[in-house]
Amino acid sequence: MAPGALAFCSRILRRQLVLALRRPVDIGNPLLFFAMVVALFPLGLGPAPAALAGFAPGILWIIALLANLLTADNLFRGDFEDGSLEQLLLSPQPLYLSVLAYTLAQWLVTGLLLALVSPLFAVMLGLSASAIPVLMFSLLLGSAVLSLVGGIGAALTVGLKRGGMLIALLILPFYMPVLIFGSAAVQAVAGGMDASAHLAILGAMLCFAIALAPLAIGAALRISIDA
Amino acid sequence: MASLLEAVDLGLVRGGRDLFQQLSFEVGPGQLVQIEGVNGAGKTSLLRILAGLSRYGFSGRVIRHAPLMYLGHHSAVKGMLTPRENLAWHISGEGSYSPGEIDDALARVGLYGYEDVPSHALSAGQHRRVNLARLYLSRAPLWLLDEPFTAIDKGGVAELEALLVRHATAGNAVILTSHQSLSVSYPVAMLDLLTGLAA
Repeated sequence: MAPGALAFCSRILRRQLVLALRRPVDIGNPLLFFAMVVALFPLGLGPAPAALAGFAPGILWIIALLANLLTADNLFRGDFEDGSLEQLLLSPQPLYLSVLAYTLAQWLVTGLLLALVSPLFAVMLGLSASAIPVLMFSLLLGSAVLSLVGGIGAALTVGLKRGGMLIALLILPFYMPVLIFGSAAVQAVAGGMDASAHLAILGAMLCFAIALAPLAIGAALRISIDA
Repeated sequence: MASLLEAVDLGLVRGGRDLFQQLSFEVGPGQLVQIEGVNGAGKTSLLRILAGLSRYGFSGRVIRHAPLMYLGHHSAVKGMLTPRENLAWHISGEGSYSPGEIDDALARVGLYGYEDVPSHALSAGQHRRVNLARLYLSRAPLWLLDEPFTAIDKGGVAELEALLVRHATAGNAVILTSHQSLSVSYPVAMLDLLTGLAA
């Protein structure tokens, strides 16, 4: 008996999470990257607390975006190289849901973790405490969009030996709207204004990405596997 | 006799060369088909086309009447997972197997005692065997196997041949590529990429 679609998704989710947890370095590296780049800014911009606090929303969001970019390439590469991806494409299960499960697993070990540790880095840069909940929430929403969009780039470039630079060129333009509204939300709260409009737009982007990105990822995977 | 797979007017062009043209055949229950051809003749490409993985440079139609299982060059075995996990969480989404079924299949391919060893500690042949264990679990009527005997020892080859014959005898079908001829007491239909299926 073939498992139901949801049972299959939870199987993929479990498989991906176990695989990720058995390589804890891959989970830790983006966080370490985040910490190190945050430490670069006081060195480059000078340690004036007021200036850093002003730039903090943008800095934190750009680093989150770059950390996400670094991990995007890995989403399908291992499974492409060992033939698992062929098996996924042949499976009688809906590819849309399978791909969604893949991206969800990836988001749980990258975006979610990044959002959870972001308060620490926010404090390092002197972001006002009142803006921290919105920073976390905007990163939660935004990083999920980034993972889905990054998945499209990963699926398109997985057949190439070195997809690293190309994937950045392909998906960075699509990261921009997320960056704009994400950092604007944090800036608004830090400036004493309401951020709900920005967060609502991020939420809308997430809905849009959940609806369409898996279709694009599935189509891109079929092209990549055919080459 | 209902056919399990029909290929109509298949043609394949790769790198400006015609690999095959107007290849039509039907595979029905009980058939054991071996694809013949020299290196580069397009055997793997044909299998991938039959499976539905490949469309590039391809013309014609493939009609699949039954679920299929495809084993390709790559073993699709994750080094970070144990053989047991590899089968239980297999990404082909084909079936849900009980732990008993999985252990039984692993025992049949000679991996008894290796169920919980991380797969990266296994040899290349053992990797192939983890993959072949899927054949013991599979309920798909149509098997497409690309060089299934690669890296398998003599005893394993004999067992695999017996398994293929059992599968065909039970009213299913197997299409495989292999450079060695099968030593089975069962009619093997030869599929030549240029002349089609010999009766």
